[in-house]
Amino acid sequence: MSDWRYRLGQNRGTLLAFAFFIVMFAIYVSNHPAGFSANVVQTAANKGVLLALVAMAQTFVVLTAGIDLSVGMVFVLTNCLASWIVVGTGLTATAGVAGVLLTGLACGAINGLIVIYGRLQPIVATIATGAVFFGFALLLRPVPGGDVYGPLADALTGRVFGVLPASLVALGAVVLVVWIPYSRSAVGRAAYAIGSSETAAYMSGVPVGAAKFCAYLLSGLAAALGGLFLTFVTYSGEASAAIGNTYTLFSIAAVVLGGVSLFGGSGSAIGAIFGALMFRTIGDLLFVFNLDPLWQPLFQGLVLLAAVCVGSARLFQVRNRLELFP
Amino acid sequence: MNRAEQTDSPILRMEGVSKRYGGVRALASADLIVFAGRIHAVLGENGAGKSTLIKILAGVVTPDAGRVLLDGAEVAFDSPAAANRAGIVCIFQELSLVPDLSVADNIAISNPPRRFGMIDRRAQRRLAEDALERAGAPDIHPMALVKDLPLSRRQMVEIAKALARKPRVLILDEATSALTAADVAKVFVVLKRLRQEGLALLFISHRMHEIAELADECTVFRNGANVATYAAGTKTDNEVVEMMIGREYSHVFPPKPAARATAAAPLLEVRNLSWADRLRDISFTAEAGEVVGLGGLDGQGQRELLLALFGVLRGVSGEIRIAGVPASPSSPHAAKAKRIGMALIPEDRKTEGLMLPMSVRENLSFAALPRVSTGGVIDSAREHALVAEMIDLLDIHVAGTDAPAGSLSGGNQQKVVIAKWLMAEPRIILLNDPTRGIDVGTKQEIYRLLRRLADQGAAIVFYTTDYDELIGCCDRALVLYDGAVRRVLRGAEITERALIASALNIGAETPVAAGEGSRP
Amino acid sequence: MSEGTQTRLAGAFLRRVDPPVAIAFGCVIAMLLLGSLYSRSFLSPEYLLQQLKVASFLGVIATGTMIVILLGQIDLSIPWVVAVGGMMSTAATGWGPVGEAMAIPFGVACGIALGLVNGFGVAYLRIPSMIITLAVNAVAQGLMVVHTGGFSPQDSSSPAMRALATGEVVFGLPNALIVWGVVGAGAIFLLNRTTFGRAVYGIGNRERAAYLSGIDTQRVVLIAFALAGGLSAFGGVLLAGYASKAAQAMGDAYLLPAIAAVVLGGASILGGRGNYLGTVAGVILITLLQSILSVVQMPEAGRQITYGVVIIAMLLLYGRESLAR
Repeated sequence: MSDWRYRLGQNRGTLLAFAFFIVMFAIYVSNHPAGFSANVVQTAANKGVLLALVAMAQTFVVLTAGIDLSVGMVFVLTNCLASWIVVGTGLTATAGVAGVLLTGLACGAINGLIVIYGRLQPIVATIATGAVFFGFALLLRPVPGGDVYGPLADALTGRVFGVLPASLVALGAVVLVVWIPYSRSAVGRAAYAIGSSETAAYMSGVPVGAAKFCAYLLSGLAAALGGLFLTFVTYSGEASAAIGNTYTLFSIAAVVLGGVSLFGGSGSAIGAIFGALMFRTIGDLLFVFNLDPLWQPLFQGLVLLAAVCVGSARLFQVRNRLELFP
Repeated sequence: MNRAEQTDSPILRMEGVSKRYGGVRALASADLIVFAGRIHAVLGENGAGKSTLIKILAGVVTPDAGRVLLDGAEVAFDSPAAANRAGIVCIFQELSLVPDLSVADNIAISNPPRRFGMIDRRAQRRLAEDALERAGAPDIHPMALVKDLPLSRRQMVEIAKALARKPRVLILDEATSALTAADVAKVFVVLKRLRQEGLALLFISHRMHEIAELADECTVFRNGANVATYAAGTKTDNEVVEMMIGREYSHVFPPKPAARATAAAPLLEVRNLSWADRLRDISFTAEAGEVVGLGGLDGQGQRELLLALFGVLRGVSGEIRIAGVPASPSSPHAAKAKRIGMALIPEDRKTEGLMLPMSVRENLSFAALPRVSTGGVIDSAREHALVAEMIDLLDIHVAGTDAPAGSLSGGNQQKVVIAKWLMAEPRIILLNDPTRGIDVGTKQEIYRLLRRLADQGAAIVFYTTDYDELIGCCDRALVLYDGAVRRVLRGAEITERALIASALNIGAETPVAAGEGSRP
Repeated sequence: MSEGTQTRLAGAFLRRVDPPVAIAFGCVIAMLLLGSLYSRSFLSPEYLLQQLKVASFLGVIATGTMIVILLGQIDLSIPWVVAVGGMMSTAATGWGPVGEAMAIPFGVACGIALGLVNGFGVAYLRIPSMIITLAVNAVAQGLMVVHTGGFSPQDSSSPAMRALATGEVVFGLPNALIVWGVVGAGAIFLLNRTTFGRAVYGIGNRERAAYLSGIDTQRVVLIAFALAGGLSAFGGVLLAGYASKAAQAMGDAYLLPAIAAVVLGGASILGGRGNYLGTVAGVILITLLQSILSVVQMPEAGRQITYGVVIIAMLLLYGRESLAR
């Protein structure tokens, strides 16, 4: 088989997610009353990038065959923190941004330490740490409020060259600076190995603990980027459990739609980003078709259910049923 | 054969190494000496300590006592990575390949070539191609995903991966068990060339002919200790087996009854069974009271045939008749039903036959829950009685039926699996290599049991990799090659020579005619 | 005594008294004693009974969660299946006398239907339970939003619902507690004395071996999820009875506590291991924790943090996977 066949095969999930997203977005934009205008794209991009960043955070952990149920709460916590410290002058704002990102790294580190050295299952450990992170968010913002450094917020939520949403450019930069180097490095590949088969990875001399810890750190970082961006969009911080839970659960949906396997070992954050954008667009499709917004949650749910049934139904390919029970 | 110059000092030396797992003593003050440029075979029964020995050398476990000397200097490995750095590389039986990564990624997994902090994919690919070439498998594409490769190709990738680490000591733990005959020959060529280049090779194998062909010297382990080391070819097979089991050895098989003609329809009749490209047009019968064996080299479809009969495979074409009545089991649940009455003793007792943390009693009654319950509610008294009956029948050694199944020895665990199925009162019993990894004493008990079950009217189909079992236990043996029945041997026709010849698809044979698979 | 015998005897004793169950109950007692330092009323029967009554709602829900976790799966559809139970039963109450009489069974039946969707996806389509239950949760939410028109549900609960949740019939024992007791007894019987329960543990331990032993694993998984759906909905029915009506997002606060209660009770999140008594202890533990935190008037922020820290601490005590070396 030629090289291209292999490359295609390995990136199938991501490419499918991309294709579906383009189709959805085309339908959305062609039916939008304002048409394919820069404004429409900018609003959609800003909302989409929020979920995309949280989905990216989830991807880092899911690749190692883990799950992070606290991403939404890190998102909320860093949003509240940013509404306090990303203010004032350009200098203090920059320091604030650094502080927010460091907090995200710290949250990731806590998750990593508990899962790796405490040897607890990620699903229960992150439920608990999520509660702790939310508690801190409540300490910071018992009621919604705060502010953010205007120029930076406007720049990142606005447009570049008058037409391209700055949020997409920023997202692209994050992918270039964080995801691409990670996925092509030995540490990133180690994460895939661990998700695919932790015993094989260990026997092959892969540094399992260090690679997992790195994955959790990056997850915290990405969630913090999301929280920061939320502050830029809303100009405030809010400690809302509903938002946190929604983003956590939607990030799992985005990851699955983006072709990342929940069992670990395959998939890409780029796919998860398209999955997130796709998921957001689906919700907006209803508005565009002038359907009662009351039906939006149901529509979103049904589409998710359908996508999951089609995408995950491995039943039809399997000839030896023993393969269904790993 | 040109032997490399033997150096006087060994490259690797183990002295007084001991290791305990809980209450079990895996290694008791074991010694081993390995020289560079030589191939050293390690033999012994399961539980004799060979695997633990290898794991200590490979850095997977640490010894409780004793020392390991590499080039005369003492070493202690705390991880496989450490052992690899010292030049000791091990190829395990359970492959250490990551399924979702490519061949090249797997070969260079622990120390890939780098550029600007990221993996240099081009250099890695060249490395992989080199290693595959050295291993004798240049046809494997470096970008193929390991999970898409068949088992024997994966083993070749495993070997390439080991060679890419430029080992000084290469350890193979039953590494050829998954290979096709052609691949085995290629690997032998590679190993002999490596020996000439000065590599020290340590390998565990049960296959006497491999040992005869490859090894320069052999060591026999028994009960965790080194009982003998000798140059290859200086002992007969029987002497070796006696050293392995520590007593005089004689294969004892229960006598086989004379062939009797029956007018009744055969209990199991299979016609033109095909599946994917692994089973081709297989036809045979098994009568009540008959023990039919499946032979041939590993991976020729024997396992798939048993799974197909038991309803595990999808897309099976062909006809199956049970006592003359057509049946097509679509799942083990259906195959177990009274109407069909099949049982399958699976390949891997630990992951397919038992739930190790659950009690012996719960495991024993698991396939026959309807027998110990009424309307879905378990009758405790009936369960205990039936379980006691089975333990008695099979002479299972267990402290109490509440003990977890994982606490039993390998032989007793296999007995629990068999007893579990006997409780379901099957009339057709399929067995997938039932005596693998079992001590000799229990093996003989199983042979007697199978003959007794056949005498009571069951039809038995069993796959084994052991020629002696095929010769000693079976009334008829079907030798499979490439998914089809190559030859049917009856009674006295079942000899090692005939089995090997048909397994390797050579020798005087006539194509199997229709009806050949059934008794006249 | 040989080492082997000693190990076996110790093992036999430990199997009677599951360590995590003992630790969980121990923590319950410790918490009560600690609370009594703050106020004597912590040890009063009125307070204890009140706590048990509140715990009953979580207890019913956690029973279903436990069965699914024992299988090695997870049910993330609890929030909106609970809401469905509450909203559908209150809605039925408003449909005339027949509706009112059938309110409770109707609410539970809706939960079973959603559970069957979950079970079908996991058992027959082999979809990971995490994702299908998430999707079903979203669909259930969508259905309820449409049903209520986006407003708070206005229907009231039937008298039967209110009686079950708030009444006291026997010796001053809250009905809710008796309901939990009945459900719990049923669960214990199901898990320990029936072939279904045996199959659940077997599948949770090693699905491959259970399948190869001829168990109809698909049917067992389907029924387990249906049960979980029904029990979650029943919890919603009780909650609606307690508050006299349903509320938007009434089930959101029960997902994480239900999972935490099961795990704190010693069940392995990977399946195959767990004792219903442990879940009882876990439920009481969580309820007590939440109650104590509210009585000492700790602000919500502190409550969340304490909640998380306590769960981690207890899991570290006995929830750790063994080091395979």
